[in-house]
Amino acid sequence: MNLFLAMLPTIMTAATPLLLAAVGELVVERSGVLNLGVEGMMIIGAVTAFAGAQATGSPYAGMVCGILAGAAFSLLFGFLTLTLVANQVATGLSLTILGLGLSGMIGDSFVGTPGIQMGALPIPGLAEIPVVGPILFSHDLIFYLSILLVIAVHWFLFRTRTGLELRSIGDNHDSAHALGMGVIRVRYLAVMFGGACAGLAGAQLSLVYTPQWTENMTAGRGWIALALVVFASWRPVWVLVGAYLFGAVSIGQFNAQAFGFGIPSQFLSSMPYLATVVVLVLISRNRRLTLMNTPACLGKPFVPDR
Amino acid sequence: MRLEIERRATRSSLYAALSPFIALALTVVAGGIMFAALGKDPFSALYSFFIAPLTSAWSLNQLAIKSAPLILIAVGLSVCFSSRNWNIGAEGQFIAGALMGSILPVMAPDWTSPLLLPIILVLGMVGGALYAAIPAILKAEFNANEILSSLMLVYVAQLFLDWTVRGPWRDPQGFNFPQTIQFSDSATLPPIYAGGAAHWGFVFALVAAVVTWFMLRRTLKGFEIRVLGESSRAGRFAGFSSRRMVYFSFLFSGALAGLAGICEVSGAINQLQPVISPGYGFTAIIVAFLGRLNPLSIVVAGLVLGLTYLGGEAAQITIGLSEKVARVFQGFLLFFVLGCDTLILYRIRLVSSRRASGEEAAQ
Repeated sequence: MNLFLAMLPTIMTAATPLLLAAVGELVVERSGVLNLGVEGMMIIGAVTAFAGAQATGSPYAGMVCGILAGAAFSLLFGFLTLTLVANQVATGLSLTILGLGLSGMIGDSFVGTPGIQMGALPIPGLAEIPVVGPILFSHDLIFYLSILLVIAVHWFLFRTRTGLELRSIGDNHDSAHALGMGVIRVRYLAVMFGGACAGLAGAQLSLVYTPQWTENMTAGRGWIALALVVFASWRPVWVLVGAYLFGAVSIGQFNAQAFGFGIPSQFLSSMPYLATVVVLVLISRNRRLTLMNTPACLGKPFVPDR
Repeated sequence: MRLEIERRATRSSLYAALSPFIALALTVVAGGIMFAALGKDPFSALYSFFIAPLTSAWSLNQLAIKSAPLILIAVGLSVCFSSRNWNIGAEGQFIAGALMGSILPVMAPDWTSPLLLPIILVLGMVGGALYAAIPAILKAEFNANEILSSLMLVYVAQLFLDWTVRGPWRDPQGFNFPQTIQFSDSATLPPIYAGGAAHWGFVFALVAAVVTWFMLRRTLKGFEIRVLGESSRAGRFAGFSSRRMVYFSFLFSGALAGLAGICEVSGAINQLQPVISPGYGFTAIIVAFLGRLNPLSIVVAGLVLGLTYLGGEAAQITIGLSEKVARVFQGFLLFFVLGCDTLILYRIRLVSSRRASGEEAAQ
């Protein structure tokens, strides 16, 4: 039990990038757009956040750079799929390929440079509470942001009129268009929000989780975030649950590697990926549940008739 | 000013033919701007990236080596993507084929027979197909998204290969390097002509392209693939099963990716290493789209993308740029291809905002 309590803060840190990227993608998919470029936007966020922190000396300035870069990069996807109605699956893939390439090129000179870590910001008063304090209230800024974001997105989607509009656009863009909603405008904003979240997730990786730059440092987390959205059936609170479960799996396999147990490290390292597949199968086999929650226009092209 | 698009009454065959070339031209322009931004002379950089690799017999051989896996994989993917099955885990199937095909050369290195090479190649195809069968089963039987499952299996395959060459298959005389023993001569895929470097994988790629083209355009199976890709509902009325198509397209593309994997190992690398592919499985996705899912055009597209790998290596040596420039080029290219394809189905117009608001006021 004590070991688990000691592991909890690291689990939360490992889960935060997944949570951020998945919550952003959830909003994008709720608006009816499937952006498979999460991995690419995340790694662009990671490299620009690292560069920004190096240039200014401040991890917070770096974080802002990561958010802006993620949002700007997602505009490429938005322009192609929303304005030019290109295939969303293929465009998302190209965003990932371009992001991995660009980040490798930009980050070439950063390899081996010691990073600037974003320190913890214990919340005065709350952080002193025994047991709970160190686990919940002694984290870095991005962790607090991730929790606030889940609450905010839940509130926005299910408690505001704009959120209702966004969901109706995702479920039937033709009717929404006929009712006078700006389908393309809302989708552009959603895509940029998703990009900003993925950028922040990347910033967390290169400023908090492992404060350095290594090529391909996202290591498939963007794809796991996409799977988390399916796992959560497009509900923000379940994204939180899923992200922490995955955080536990990846930290668990790290600790198992430390203990040895005679299991080759490569097998343990593949656990998060295999867990993703297993979870995907368990969720998807219930066709009725998936059909009920999937935004009906997810991935479908929209051309307004005039 | 804003862009408006309008559906064409019929597909524009003019733009269908032109769009890959427009995309290529735009990629070259974007690349020139990128080189200039990096402080290099764009013309000499573009020359050493795209033209210089075509000027020697050695590099033409290298081009064939790099293009062979791209074409083989992309031809398989054309069947998948035409039927709307998104297999994006070809990189993992490539590795699985390489591993399965290496069983005999690594575990029974002394066995020689004229049948050895054909067995190795078939085992490679079986390995790739079996690995592709996993996402296929998960999609057909459990409704699991094939994009995510096939991609996750890439990471698993990479880690498994890493374990194999560091663990059970490590060459005992290899000074502790993470690699297997070298393939024997009879397990090595020979060059196409004596003295050349390009192996028979390139010929297999051409054969696969022609056979698949024939299947897609001239047989009932090809019709089935296209109907199910356009509309699985219409396909069902015609008596086609989209469930069976999941299996067919995944096994077919997995087998070709596996063949590409074992050809690369047996013909080019000659042993297994922790990393055996510079991302062929992902680049092949670009090849498939640049060749607009037509196996014959894919041959050309594969040569173009193969050239970006050579250009990347050349850029590293002659102008001191990171070899990652190649990945950036590949990403640009796919973007422009997808953007230009809009012209086939839609007309694009620039509308001045004054006119647009005037129209709204009139309504």
